[in-house]
Amino acid sequence: MNPEPRRITTDVAIVGTGLAGFAAAVFCLDRGIAAVQLGHAGALTYTTGYFDLLGYDRGRSIDDPWRALADLGATWPGHPLARLPRSTIEQAFRRFAEAIGDLGIAYVPPGATNVRALLPTGLAKTTSSIPRTMAAGAAALAEKKRTVIVDFIGLVGFSAKEFVTNFAADWPGLSSAHIGFPDLDGGAEAYPEVMARALEVRATRERLAARIRAVVGDADCVGLPAVLGVHAPDRVHAAMEELVGVPIFEIPTMPPAVPGLRLRELLEQAMPARGLRLVSQHKATRVDLRPDRIDFGYRDNFGEVVIEARTAILATGRFLSGGLVAERSGLRETLIGLPVEQPAGRGDWHRDDCFDVRGHPINRSGVVVDDDFRPLDHDGVPVHPGLFAAGAILAGQDWVRQRCGAGLAIATAWRAVDGVARMSGR
Amino acid sequence: MNFDADVLVIGGGVTGCGILRDLALRGIRGILIDRGDLNSGASGGNHGLLHSGGRYASSDTETAAECRIEGEILKRTAPQAIDACGGLFVAVEGDDEGFIARFAARCAAAGIDCAPLAVDEVRRSEPAISERAIAAYAVPDATVDPFRLTIEQVADARRLADSLFLPHTEVTGFDIDGGRIRAARCRDTRSGEARIIRARQYVNAAGAWSMAVARLAGCDDVRVLWSKGTLVIANTRLTRRVVNRLRTPGDGDILVPGGTVSLLGTTSDTVADLDVIRPTPEEVDRNIEEGSVLIPALAHTRFIRAFAGVRPLLLPTGGDGDGRKASRGFTLFDHVAQGLGNFATIAGGKLTTFRLMAERTGDLVAARLGNREPCRTATEPLPALERSSWTEPGHSARTWFAAKNPADSILCECEMVPKSTVDAVLEMAPGAEPQMPLRAIGVRSRIGKGTCQGSFCAIRVTSHLYDRGTYGGREGLGLMRDFLAERYKGTRPVLWGPQMPQAELAETLHCGLLGLDLIDARGQDGEPR
Ligand SMILES: Cc1cc2nc3c(=O)[nH]c(=O)nc-3n(C[C@H](O)[C@H](O)[C@H](O)COP(=O)(O)OP(=O)(O)OC[C@H]3O[C@@H](n4cnc5c(N)ncnc54)[C@H](O)[C@@H]3O)c2cc1C
Ligand SMILES: Cc1cc2nc3c(=O)[nH]c(=O)nc-3n(C[C@H](O)[C@H](O)[C@H](O)COP(=O)(O)OP(=O)(O)OC[C@H]3O[C@@H](n4cnc5c(N)ncnc54)[C@H](O)[C@@H]3O)c2cc1C
Repeated sequence: MNPEPRRITTDVAIVGTGLAGFAAAVFCLDRGIAAVQLGHAGALTYTTGYFDLLGYDRGRSIDDPWRALADLGATWPGHPLARLPRSTIEQAFRRFAEAIGDLGIAYVPPGATNVRALLPTGLAKTTSSIPRTMAAGAAALAEKKRTVIVDFIGLVGFSAKEFVTNFAADWPGLSSAHIGFPDLDGGAEAYPEVMARALEVRATRERLAARIRAVVGDADCVGLPAVLGVHAPDRVHAAMEELVGVPIFEIPTMPPAVPGLRLRELLEQAMPARGLRLVSQHKATRVDLRPDRIDFGYRDNFGEVVIEARTAILATGRFLSGGLVAERSGLRETLIGLPVEQPAGRGDWHRDDCFDVRGHPINRSGVVVDDDFRPLDHDGVPVHPGLFAAGAILAGQDWVRQRCGAGLAIATAWRAVDGVARMSGR
Repeated sequence: MNFDADVLVIGGGVTGCGILRDLALRGIRGILIDRGDLNSGASGGNHGLLHSGGRYASSDTETAAECRIEGEILKRTAPQAIDACGGLFVAVEGDDEGFIARFAARCAAAGIDCAPLAVDEVRRSEPAISERAIAAYAVPDATVDPFRLTIEQVADARRLADSLFLPHTEVTGFDIDGGRIRAARCRDTRSGEARIIRARQYVNAAGAWSMAVARLAGCDDVRVLWSKGTLVIANTRLTRRVVNRLRTPGDGDILVPGGTVSLLGTTSDTVADLDVIRPTPEEVDRNIEEGSVLIPALAHTRFIRAFAGVRPLLLPTGGDGDGRKASRGFTLFDHVAQGLGNFATIAGGKLTTFRLMAERTGDLVAARLGNREPCRTATEPLPALERSSWTEPGHSARTWFAAKNPADSILCECEMVPKSTVDAVLEMAPGAEPQMPLRAIGVRSRIGKGTCQGSFCAIRVTSHLYDRGTYGGREGLGLMRDFLAERYKGTRPVLWGPQMPQAELAETLHCGLLGLDLIDARGQDGEPR
């Protein structure tokens, strides 16, 4: 049909539409670097919405993430976050949170210390930065406010009673209420995304607010599963607080959940308007490393497209997103075939106890980079002068157990963009 | 809490459950205890093959004949737990010609119906079999659902004689006086509380642990060899029939179909410690390497999980230590020579022969109690209970669709298990109790058995249980953690290909979203190491 592939030329190709990829896109646009970003739905969709910087060290909660980051090099030599100065991490994190805030999801910026945020099980976790829609929850926990947690008929996998039961010892003024969500209260399974979209309509908000008011009693605060809108959560949240008359907060829920969906939809819709060339729902299938550029091929309905990029940022994530693949014989990087640092054999990938606080060795596997975050070949030489990597694909970290996912993605994206900027002369 | 009964049976595997029902049919009320739950030993970790006897025909005619006879009885009395799919013995190029040549005669000697088949005919009906096949025989192998067997036997014993099953109750010692056991000292393994159980007769059916239980009563005549076996479950049914490799038994040489999946196994390794039994990646690889010689598709099939069990094999005094050569037969110890008049141990044997083991034990115990009722398990059908068909794939889904109640949300999407099934298990399944662990619900239903291996449904079921008021505190989270940790043992050795993203998502959910790595097994904030 179309034998000649179409060609796009750009300063930088960003491969991956997770937090690292989008953070890189934000930073590139800030610096006037022309960027093409390519990717499909990945792990971002599942996120709780909290932006972690560094929350835990082998199961121990960290109060001061900055001090812990400064010490990280000693306990985790080669950890990507240990290779970045505090100023870079702070700057990247602040700038990204600010950019997201401008798009309609404000984050309480990370402070000097971590905060305790709420989990749907009725446990707390240590994190760094909380979306505004969830912020009142951390405050309510810290101040032990009289709070009522509301859940909905037909919502499976979130139980206000579970939350209240498990927090009871820690948080005496907590109670639960089970109510029907307007028009979804017939008993059939009710999905968070459907509720969230419904709440973007004012009439639904008013009806839900009336039902919530009926159960608030003398509580000072109301907690809900995360359903306060997909596209304009801050607006929906503010409107609901006004209608109910007390502070309201969201609690993350299991997939299919709203917080990650929100971030993805928002970024996908708003970034192109700011100058990003975004090719969403497509995967790069082919790479050609040339002396002066890197070509990425992908296919759409009309045939092959080649992105000719002077530089590139690989932010393809791990197994869930498809950046890495596990074969019976070993781990592989899927797009370029980069060397993957990994345990000796499959028997060493995981520990016997899945909840071992030391984490699984496989979590630390990944792509090895130099101080500019350029992937290295087997001889320790950069694979290509213009190729950088960022985010969860990097070796030497365990973002799940350390609770450093967002921090890792954002800070390493910043450093990768530094390299891109140097190469592009900006 | 303390209990009294005519008979205390120790060990809730097929053997102990079979004894409980055998006695109940004679009008004798028993209490059955297990330190874990039903089928937490070999009965929950086996191949589910109802042996025709073909497997043992070449080495042990007596065991082979026993398997044949017992298989026929079970097909008549418990058809609901059996799929009489038939079996094949197939040899491939390079297999021992002498073994192949003798096979039919050895089967005949044990009375096993064994028909030679043309190889191309076999490959037409079972296309998964290798084109390198050189000989094939058909035998009346079948498959059996051990979970259904145990649950229905316990339920029937309750119906017949008000017999009782107590989960998480471990015997830790016996009070012995004047040549008789007066009481069994037990411990609730969940709460740590002590329990005393008094009975007139005591039966040790603790499988691989029977040697340890016998020693608690001062008896050193029971000697079992522990042979660990690992199996792996493929996510498709590759063959209609059971396929055995026609050779001296070795690793990965039996493929057993079960519903929509296939079980490949097994390995056989002698182990010295019973408490760290988990399948390893190396054992899985061994099974696949050997299995794919006969069924080449196994080299690239997707595997859902692996599991391991320990065969309790009886050692003749002075015998050597090879698991595959040790006898598959069983022995009933009356312990009279050890100076006890009301204690018996039943050890060894197979799933296939459990009924006969229960019969022999029942005969001894009944005689000792002065009960003259004959054994009736060979003829009395095992009632098929609606409630235990929850363990049957597809059963919950069918009743759910039939009921058309939208408020009855599906909690487990892989296996279509609705709230009402979980509620029913909590209310009336054998061994149900007010604060039921997720693991116990899993044993009695399809929860956790689908492709997600419980990583999603555990969250949904736990929330439902909190909503119902089943849990009053953090213990519910501890039990979810325990359930997931147990499922993980099975998925870990098969984490490659499409299983790895699933596992990664599970870890991020269970740690990142739920915080289960931050608490201990009781749900309390964990003490970091
Ligand atoms: C259940 C869950 C809970 C989480 N909770 C938190 C939390 O509480 N706090 C927190 O900070 N973070 C959380 N995270 C998110 C986490 O921060 C991010 O997943 C992590 O930071 C990795 O980001 P990333 O951009 O490097 O990779 P990913 O988010 O994995 O993104 C990789 C991207 O690359 C794309 N890709 C892969 N291969 C190709 C290809 N060949 N061509 C084009 N594109 C490709 C994928 O489609 C995907 O878009 C959570 C994630 C999950 C799954
Ligand atoms: C890998 C493998 C594959 C097999 N495949 C087949 C097959 O295909 N066909 C076949 O016929 N047979 C097969 N077998 C054999 C069969 O599984 C066993 O023979 C049978 O299940 C033994 O049942 P049991 O009730 O005697 O022992 P178990 O099922 O082991 O039960 C013993 C119970 O005692 C409990 N217990 C232990 N100590 C105590 C205590 N102190 N207090 C209270 N309770 C205690 C344990 O928790 C356990 O539940 C296989 C075995 C293995 C390991």
